[in-house]
Amino acid sequence: MRTVKRYFPLFVMPTLIAFLIAFVIPFLMGIYLSFTSFRTVADAEFVGFSNYIRAFSEDNLFLNSLFFTVKFAVVSVISINVLAFILALMLTKTIPGTNLFRTVFFMPNLIGGIVLGYIWQLIINGFLYRYGYSITSNPNFGFWGLVILMNWQMIGYMMIIYIAGIQNISTDILEAAKVDGAGAFTTLTRITIPSVMPSITICLFLTITNSFKLFDQNLALTAGAPSKQTQMVALDIYNTFYSRSGYEGVGQAKAVVFFIVVAIIALLQLKITRGKEVES
Amino acid sequence: MGKQKLKNLLGFLILLFFAVLFIMPVAVVLMNSFKSRFSISQYPFVLPDANTFVMLENYTEGIKNTGFFSAFGWSLFITVFSVAAIVVFTSMTAWYIVRVKGIFNSILYYALVFSMIVPFQMVMFTMSKTANALSLDNPLGIVFIYLGFGAGLSVFMFTGFIKSVPVQIEEAATIDGCNAVQTFWQIVFPILKPTAITVAILNTMWIWNDYLLPYLVIGRDYKTIPVAIQYLKGGYGSVDMGAMMAMLVLAIIPVVIFYLTCQKYIIKGVAAGAVKG
Repeated sequence: MRTVKRYFPLFVMPTLIAFLIAFVIPFLMGIYLSFTSFRTVADAEFVGFSNYIRAFSEDNLFLNSLFFTVKFAVVSVISINVLAFILALMLTKTIPGTNLFRTVFFMPNLIGGIVLGYIWQLIINGFLYRYGYSITSNPNFGFWGLVILMNWQMIGYMMIIYIAGIQNISTDILEAAKVDGAGAFTTLTRITIPSVMPSITICLFLTITNSFKLFDQNLALTAGAPSKQTQMVALDIYNTFYSRSGYEGVGQAKAVVFFIVVAIIALLQLKITRGKEVES
Repeated sequence: MGKQKLKNLLGFLILLFFAVLFIMPVAVVLMNSFKSRFSISQYPFVLPDANTFVMLENYTEGIKNTGFFSAFGWSLFITVFSVAAIVVFTSMTAWYIVRVKGIFNSILYYALVFSMIVPFQMVMFTMSKTANALSLDNPLGIVFIYLGFGAGLSVFMFTGFIKSVPVQIEEAATIDGCNAVQTFWQIVFPILKPTAITVAILNTMWIWNDYLLPYLVIGRDYKTIPVAIQYLKGGYGSVDMGAMMAMLVLAIIPVVIFYLTCQKYIIKGVAAGAVKG
């Protein structure tokens, strides 16, 4: 394949240049700028770790948003995966209309975050209005609103992945289990769940990273109200950058911390669940 | 078999219950898009009556205020060209990385995979400044930026598939006198088609719905649909709920059409994308 090598400019250059401009350069610049004070990039002045210290010490916004995000991620990752798995189990049985159900459950996933946020704002406010509240009157409403929204959006996606995993289990193993007298519960815990571990790995990865990075839905549903108590990390970083002049460096430092947290959690989760996968 | 039938019926009813829960929110928005703007927020579950029914007024008002058709045009333009660029260029890059070994290609591959887990906020500010400095802050420039951001996942998925394609077919083509470009487009790409469809679908779902990137890079001059909808809310003033409902419906319609026409590919693509991941 030596002749292919000459074609580097054609095959790699366009992707490489786009990747450098959109990602690599901004990423490295971002790390550098997190140690500086700046307004416009050109005027950056080195300030050491002070942005990082300010991110945590000046107010509790960042820590609160981190805590809120973790709480949100734990609740929605569990609920999404449990419900998606149950639906996948039901839809791989001989129940009539499974194709139609699959179509319906997956649909919300294609609707964008901003649109989803406003749809659920209408629904949740409609319910709360009867009791004289709105979604912004209590941070708990916003929290559970986001959890419901996220479930509604992602259950169908995860369900599709679980269905693919369940359909991959060889019928021989299932029949052998039946012959050996295994009940439905034993089959589920001893065969189905271990066999779909690769699907569980990927579903956990997708739900965890999407929950942590959530922005559009947060912006549209509550925009952080009341008083920034339902503000997730991504939205807090955005507001630090664009609605507080003089805080650009702090915003960038928060972004670096956010990146490290997401990377550690994602890699840790992959390592743990990959270890539980069985070779088939 | 009686017991099995009863079980199936019960399962069907549970699924039906969930299906209603899944459709209800969209149905409520659709219903409210025909009601007068003052009877929406407080009574969203009440059907329109003679007093509150406003025909298509919310739609005409919303289209006027948001410039919906131009937003639709820009969304379509950016999505179509970005997805096409991503499929064409990342498939070529992936093939090159797999077939030509070398330290540079390995570094590039791992850098691309790494970019997948980095949150957008990490590069949000610096990327939009860079795009601005290089005059990429226009609909064509943003296509280039999407190529850079979409490269991680797309190259990753293509390489996963290319590794399983036997190199002998390509060698035969080379002996027959094909150069690399001909070999790739005539021999390799047709084999990659299922993966190309998956890559196209995953990127379409992302780019069509993306809000922050187009907002930061071209939001002032060129509004895509999500940006136009967010502008409807704007500031601290009250929102025209009627127009909002109508715009939500108009934003959902293209998605539903896309979904129903390519449903088979979308569901397969999502499942295939997950296996590769």
